[in-house]
Formats: sequence, structure tokens, C-alpha cells
Amino acid sequence: MKQLHVIGVSKRYSSKRGSVKALASVSCSVQQGEFVALLGPSGCGKSTLLRLVAGLSQPDDGQIEFREWVQMPKARLVFQDSALFPWMSVWENVAFGLEMEAMPVAERRERAVALLATMGMADFHQHYPHELSGGMRQRVAIARAFATEPDILLMDEPLRALDAQMRLVVQEELLALWNRQKPMVLYVTHDIEEALLLADRVLVMSGKPGKIREEVISGFHRPRDLTGRDHKNLEELKWHIWKLLESDVRGQLQSGTANTV
Amino acid sequence: MTGTKRNAFFHPERWVTVVFFGFCLLVWEVAAQSTWISTLFFPAPSTIVKTLTAMTGTGLFWLTLGTTLYRLLLGVVAGAGAGLVVGWGMGASRKARAVLDPVVAALHPMPKLAIFPIFLVILGIGEASKIALIALAAFFPMLLNTLAGVQHIEQCYWEAASNYGARGMTLLRRVIMPGSLPMAMTGLRLAFNNALVVTIAIEMLSAQDGLGAQIWMSWQTLRTEELYATLIVIGVVGMLSNAVLGRLVVWLLPWHTKA
Repeated sequence: MKQLHVIGVSKRYSSKRGSVKALASVSCSVQQGEFVALLGPSGCGKSTLLRLVAGLSQPDDGQIEFREWVQMPKARLVFQDSALFPWMSVWENVAFGLEMEAMPVAERRERAVALLATMGMADFHQHYPHELSGGMRQRVAIARAFATEPDILLMDEPLRALDAQMRLVVQEELLALWNRQKPMVLYVTHDIEEALLLADRVLVMSGKPGKIREEVISGFHRPRDLTGRDHKNLEELKWHIWKLLESDVRGQLQSGTANTV
Repeated sequence: MTGTKRNAFFHPERWVTVVFFGFCLLVWEVAAQSTWISTLFFPAPSTIVKTLTAMTGTGLFWLTLGTTLYRLLLGVVAGAGAGLVVGWGMGASRKARAVLDPVVAALHPMPKLAIFPIFLVILGIGEASKIALIALAAFFPMLLNTLAGVQHIEQCYWEAASNYGARGMTLLRRVIMPGSLPMAMTGLRLAFNNALVVTIAIEMLSAQDGLGAQIWMSWQTLRTEELYATLIVIGVVGMLSNAVLGRLVVWLLPWHTKA
């Protein structure tokens, strides 16, 4: 079984105002095909952990290991603010990863448009990102990641800017895509319900310095009902996680630091 | 905004502009006709227009204009082209930046005309030295804006590019070049205006032909109406080229919206 292991990882950020310990000896592991949520208040280092796995920065201490993989797994990020290239049309954005893998233009265009079609966005493939709504942009960003058929999908609060209804629709779409390809997913969010409804496992983090407090297994059947009505113990789990996070969040309010690492 | 072209044309502010400048010209005309002001220094607008019309009817005028445009365009193409390439190179490579940063910092603030004698020594008194100096005037604004354009590409685009496997030439072609283009186009405008200034100055300084030379000749022979008429021509050249460059931005950057 292919696995990702994060072993005793620490990360410190330095700036002119001093240094902040973003992660303190964090360990966790994820199996192939698993959907894991990293949940915590802002500043708990969950995005930092994601970027370390993506290889965008290096840990100060500890290791990130990819076990049982023949080659380096393909880990693709979906960013908070979509990070679609404004100078590329929608289909070029979706096909960007394939272009970097040197796929011929006709083939990658066909693939991108086909993927967009499954998401009901075929008509928009020649638009530019600035012509789309925030929800559409985020869906295109998700399509860009899935187009490359990644081994590991790293999502950094991808639905944060969407309104509640749009979020529900995109969550469903995301799970449908995931179900088809079954990449390993690390999904960063600060929304307790979202974490429980999407993921198999929720790693609850707390901040200053960031560490993993507890692992919560939702155990809901798939396919999921994302409205949560089907899941009997959802409220109970939400309450449990809230109790874990409450002191952290209140502490943040008191010390007045709204630091987002 | 519901403003269409039609609405913009009939916009009251536009009429304020027209009326104001019309009034100024009228005052000038009346003052000149009644010789309250010296027509030697301030010929009447009607005289200037007459001179301009007569001037544009001659073949010599178009030759003069052509000479200036030729120097200007050749200088801009060479200088801005080089500035673009060096800007991208410096933006893409830390090493290039380390080597070239001090050179740019030293040469950029230098008044370009001050270097002209050196160009004369090296390239002779022909066209080459003039065009080289015009190119130099276009080079720095283009370089600095292109470089700034690369450096202003948001962090998330670099990260997305890197995460999706963009490196080397692909990174340059798909991210660095298009990402820096909006600021580079601003640089092109500045380069063009800078080059126009230097073109006219250099023609006044050392050329036998071109609009700058014509201005200088008009001054020396005290044909002030011709001087004003030539100024209008230069103004029109500047305005037209800025309009063309504006269209070029829209055409080259369909994805670019002013934030």
C-alpha cells in the first residue's frame, strides 16, 4: 500500500518581527485512496504542513516520506484563491499540468474540455479566469489538479470564499471526481462540518506551535450525503471537535493575534 | 457604468474642455490680431494653422517627418526589444540579476544626452550614433518595467507553476513572459515617450534633417509660426503613438483588466 508519512516535522518562520514556530514535531500518515482533512483554527500550521508535503518548502526538522512509491508521487495543489493563471484561458489552465508533462496540444485540449464537460463547464473553456465567478474559478482550479491524475491531491481551503450553496455543489463535484480517480487527499479547512462530511479521517490541529491534537474518524458511509441529514452522530462529533478547539480559538481572541501562518 | 461611446461624446465634461480651450484660443487670436502681444513670439492661431496647412502640403515636410519617425521607430524597436529581453533574463535568473544590477543602477540615471559625444566618437556622426542613443533612451524604461513586471508576478502563480512542474524555458514562456507583459507594456509607453524626447533633442543638437532640426532652424531664422506648427506635429506624433500603444495593449492582453 502506498503511503505518505510525516515524521516529527517542525517548521519555523522567521521575519523581521521575530520567528514563529509554525509546526512542532508533527507526525501523521495517510494511505493510498484516503481522504484526510486537516482541521484547525487559523494559524495552526495546517497550510504549512500542506506546503511541506507539496515540496514548496522544506522542514527544519523531521521527514516527509513517500513509501512504496516507485517514483516520486505526483502531488498537486489546489490553492485558496484558485491561483489560475489570468493570462491563460480556462482550458489552457486545466491543461497546464499536462502541458508541463509534454502532452501534445490537441490531446491535452481534448482532455481538458472533456473534464470541463463532466463538470458542466464546457461552454466556458475559452473564457479567461477574470470572466468567471469565484465559484467557477475554484472549480476550474480543481479541474486543473484532477486533469493531471495526481497521486496526492493537496487542497488548501479551496472552498473558503464560496457561499454555502455553491460550496455544497462544489463539494459534491469534488467527491465525484475523487471517487473516479481515488487519489490520496489532504484537505485543509477550518470548517468542522466540511471536514467531517468530506473526509474519512479528520486530523484536528491546534496552534502555537502547530501540532495534531486528535484524530477523529467520521465513519460515515459513502457516497456521502453532504447535507449531513443522514449522519446520526454528526452533531456529536462536531461538538466533540469544537470542545477540542474552543480554548485555542478563545485564546486567540484574548491575545489579539489573528496571525495566519 | 452604462457609458457608451455616444454618451461619452456628449458628456458635459467634454464640452467644458472644448469651450475652455476654444475660449483660450479665441483670446489668443484676438490678442495677436490687435497686436496686444507680439506676433513675433506669439503668432495668431490662425496664422499657425495656415502655416501648418502650407507645410503639410510640401513633400519636404513628409520627408522630414519620415526621417524623424524612422529614427524614433528604429531606436524604440532596438532599445525596447533589448530592454524586454534583458528584463526577462534578469527576472528569470538570479545570476543575471547579480551581474547586471550594478550596471543598470550606474547607467540608468545618467542623462542619455550626456553620453552622446561618446557615441559620436565610437559610431561617427552618421545615423548610427543617433539611433543608438535613441535606443538607449528606450532601453532602460523597458528593462526596468519588465523586470518589475516579473518581480510583481504573485507568489501563488510561481507556486502553482512550480507545483505543476514548470521549469526553465517553459516557466519563462508560460509564466514569466505573459505574467510580466502588463507592466512591460507600461514600460513600452515610457520607452516610447523617452525616445521621442531624445529623438527631437538629438536632431536639434546635431542633425541636418528631421522635426528637431526644423524647430531649431525655425528658431534661428525667427520663423516662429513654423516653430509652433512643428510643435503641433510633434504633439500629434506623441498622441497618436500613445493611442496606438493603448490599442496594442488591448490586443495583446485580452485577459488583462485594470484592477
